[in-house]
Amino acid sequence: MEECGDTNITLREFGCEQSLLSRPDGSSSFMQGDTSVLAGVYGPAEVKVSKEIYDRATLEVVIQPKVGLSSVRERLQEQSVRETCEAALLASLHPRSSLTLVLQLLHDDGSLLSCYLNAACMALMDAGLPMSCLFCGVTCAVNAEGQIITDPSAAQEKESRALMTFAVESTEHRVIMSSTRGSFSVHELQQCIAVSQKASEKIFQFYRDSVRRRYSKIL
Amino acid sequence: MYSCFKDKIGEVLLPGDEFSFETDETISLTDTVKAEKVVCGPGLRRNGDQVLVCKSGVLRHKQPNMFWIDSQQRRYVPAKGESVIGIVTAKSGDVFKVDVGGSEQATLSYLAFEGATKRNRPNVQVGDLVFCQFIIANKDMEPELVCIDSAGRANGMGVFGAGGFLFRVSLGLVRRLLAPRSDIISDLEKLLPCELVVGMNGRVWVKAGSVQQTLVVANLLESCENMTAPQRQALFRRVAQGAL
Repeated sequence: MEECGDTNITLREFGCEQSLLSRPDGSSSFMQGDTSVLAGVYGPAEVKVSKEIYDRATLEVVIQPKVGLSSVRERLQEQSVRETCEAALLASLHPRSSLTLVLQLLHDDGSLLSCYLNAACMALMDAGLPMSCLFCGVTCAVNAEGQIITDPSAAQEKESRALMTFAVESTEHRVIMSSTRGSFSVHELQQCIAVSQKASEKIFQFYRDSVRRRYSKIL
Repeated sequence: MYSCFKDKIGEVLLPGDEFSFETDETISLTDTVKAEKVVCGPGLRRNGDQVLVCKSGVLRHKQPNMFWIDSQQRRYVPAKGESVIGIVTAKSGDVFKVDVGGSEQATLSYLAFEGATKRNRPNVQVGDLVFCQFIIANKDMEPELVCIDSAGRANGMGVFGAGGFLFRVSLGLVRRLLAPRSDIISDLEKLLPCELVVGMNGRVWVKAGSVQQTLVVANLLESCENMTAPQRQALFRRVAQGAL
């Protein structure tokens, strides 16, 4: 396998704001270039008896598209985000309670799933829910020439041959979720995972800086 | 060995950060070796000989060996011994159901008031506010409240009187208000005399001389959340000069 250490990983401009909404227990907005998502977390709150799990919290993820009702595409993204969050959250510390994560799409300009994941992580952190590690989403596109583009825009996504999104956790930089589209070789998959793990370090550093800025008032 | 903690005090930590406790490589033969214990508070979890951070916030330390993460949370999670402001939502048999803002309603026995007996029930109606503390609060059981201390005295707890204003602030601000010699409280008491009840669940009840003054105090406290000390003092000075 090729060494990806020397490849320069470019991510678009990131932006994040925490606890910007007053009603939810935790909220965040996350921007990756022109892609923008707003997230709100409610919980641990009272849970419906039918959804109660006796030894851990019930996590519900709702993705709201910009216009119209959510469709199958949103359902799939909801499931990916939910499974990633469940892997990172210590849900057993709040048994018989509900956690609700609402993600509102503001603008889609590519790398949407990774932006959902990043917004979700920041919102969960803002709500103060116990987590074993952080996670971030990285999208990689493989274009016709076989080049790997991290954090592609919508135009780059359209031209690409394959599109992969990975959720990477912060402690050992392991992949905890992957979602792929298009055709690619095993070698390309491994390359993309390595690139994503490399890019995740940058994103985690961004997380740390933005949380530090948030707490700067009470230091 | 909590030297690894020492240099992180006051720094912002994120979930997933970890501290590992390694014993010193050289053991002094002359000094007595004593085991150093670390008490982990909210936001820190033990895992073997590692301590993991599970909330984002600032690492705080209290002598001699207590460490915890100070975070700006909004949702309350009941903890034993904490005093909270609850809203009575239902009367059922011999208990009241009280909403404290947690994931579950807490129960409050009608016998857990000062001077209450089977014959002499306390006068508590649905919708009343109560200041009470948890005697049972863990993740597996229904939380239980009382309005008396261990000696059976009210000790400031019980049903709230008429008037006053209840509002919600973040749990971080509540802890800053309740800290001994809190600078926000000392600034406020110079400005306006008022009655203030602060529950650990983020609810604050204020009553000042008039409705207007009550609202001024409430708005000031709400705005303290995102202000540094000099900003706050500047605001308080402007209010003192009659800006509001």
